[in-house]
Amino acid sequence: MYSQGLTGEQSELEETPEFLAAFQARIDREEKIEPNDPMPAAYRKTLIRQIGQHAHSEIVGMLPEGNWITRAPNLRRKAALLAKVQDEGGHGLYLYAAAETLGVSREQMTEELLCGKAKYSSIFNYPTPTWADIGLIGWLVDGAAIMNQVPLCRCSYGPYSRAMIRVCKEESFHQRQGYEIVRTLAEGSAEQKEMAQDALNRWWWPSLMMFGPSDSDSVNSDQSMKWKIKRFTNDELRQKFVDATVVQAEKIGLTIPDPDLKWNEEREHYDFGAIDWEEFWRVVKGGGPMNRDRIAARKKAWDEGAWVREAALAHARKRLEREAAAKEAAE
Amino acid sequence: MASNSELIDVLVTLGDDHLILGHRLSQWCGHAPMLEEDLSMPNMALDLIGQARNLYSYAADLEGRGRTEDDFAYLRSDREYRNCLMVERPNGDFAHTMLRQLYFAAFMKPFWERVAAGSDDRLASYAAKAVKEVSYHVRHAGEWVVRLGDGTEHSAARMREAVDALHPYTDELFTVTQPMRKAIEKGIIPDPKDIKDDWMVTINLVFNQAFLAVPEVAFPQQGGREGLHTESLGHLLSELQYMQRAYPGLSW
Repeated sequence: MYSQGLTGEQSELEETPEFLAAFQARIDREEKIEPNDPMPAAYRKTLIRQIGQHAHSEIVGMLPEGNWITRAPNLRRKAALLAKVQDEGGHGLYLYAAAETLGVSREQMTEELLCGKAKYSSIFNYPTPTWADIGLIGWLVDGAAIMNQVPLCRCSYGPYSRAMIRVCKEESFHQRQGYEIVRTLAEGSAEQKEMAQDALNRWWWPSLMMFGPSDSDSVNSDQSMKWKIKRFTNDELRQKFVDATVVQAEKIGLTIPDPDLKWNEEREHYDFGAIDWEEFWRVVKGGGPMNRDRIAARKKAWDEGAWVREAALAHARKRLEREAAAKEAAE
Repeated sequence: MASNSELIDVLVTLGDDHLILGHRLSQWCGHAPMLEEDLSMPNMALDLIGQARNLYSYAADLEGRGRTEDDFAYLRSDREYRNCLMVERPNGDFAHTMLRQLYFAAFMKPFWERVAAGSDDRLASYAAKAVKEVSYHVRHAGEWVVRLGDGTEHSAARMREAVDALHPYTDELFTVTQPMRKAIEKGIIPDPKDIKDDWMVTINLVFNQAFLAVPEVAFPQQGGREGLHTESLGHLLSELQYMQRAYPGLSW
């Protein structure tokens, strides 16, 4: 990879207590860590894992929405959805590039996704059986993603934080667009309203799970908070999301499928019911309704595209050889 | 009004070409051979669908019967669609898709250039925008045809197969319907026979670099302009029109 040797990945960096303290001091001063800066191996590893997962989520996330591009109900929606899914692909590309600054190649990351070693957001392991799902993904899934990603704009790793600034702008547009789809349905015929409510019933709990395990069970949280890769805990972000979304649902006359949901005067937050963590872990471990299909679709595209990628490389080589031969002949 | 009905027909025919090809390209989204193509194929699809929307909207306005772009796209049957057969052909592999794009774009580029200088202001303004978009399509698809034609042995074989499969559909790009004849006489659109040389120059240029030969076609395929389509259009429309057919008359 071209990025190797630039990143210091292979340098024999001894992580003395002084080095680690100086690194932490930079983080505490809110200095951005850049690709060529020395960094602890664990910091690099955490970021590669997180940015890679994030990139994979964008790419796999193209599939559930892509499922409706050919069936969008009118031309305006068709164009908007196509543009949206294209944006997700763009985010993926951007994030892979950010991860590459840490010394890992896109190809390597892709292979890890396809063999099941690298994870992606579990939310995309749920299906999109109706058009309303496209609205719900925009409203809730992109809404939850924004909650997660806005703090990442201040992440200590420069390339990631800068990528997030751009991604968040587009995500917030997607979220409004999704909400507008759901609102149109909620204000439409009885059939349309039912379609919207049914989709909300299916997406609500998986959306809450997007913030990850409760703080008491989250293994990666503490160190990431210290390194300012993370700025808020999973539970804090989840609460923010619930508080923002309940009002939006009320506004369009849809009911959040949680009998325990109620405003808590004292906390000034909504209380909500218990999340089914068994379901969460089942889907994370590969047992969701679409896990197999998602990876199979990515693998099919990758395998069936191999001859195209090989041809492009072969052609580039031929061109170089011809240019070199022409130059030699001229001399 | 009589003169309008001919222009409406031309606009809808062009709109159909663009919508159907845009729809075909959009089927690749998320399934392309590389991420860059997952971005560029939807990009071209968006251009084409955007052009279709302009064309249908203009037709709807001229018609003045309260129809919209969506009525043209979603509520006409297979036999009412007027797109040329080439654009409805299944995507096949990436070689087929890129070659089809090249064939179509290499025709539309000189076509739109002339429409942009033509006698209908509204259509000319759409054409001016389309010229920029389609120039990129020619370049992008042409580069891929060269890469694949002059890539590996395997890719070259696939490229040749694509040429054999699709070349018989190119003749239809140059057919002239009665309404088109009127629009040509009024200077709104060019006569396709006047842009055939341009088209051929582009194709030859790309084929030379791609080590491909322009085949002799024994049996050209056409019929789309009269609403006589291949079997694949019906399936395409049943997917495209699913929501409007399943839930008639609703807003989305």
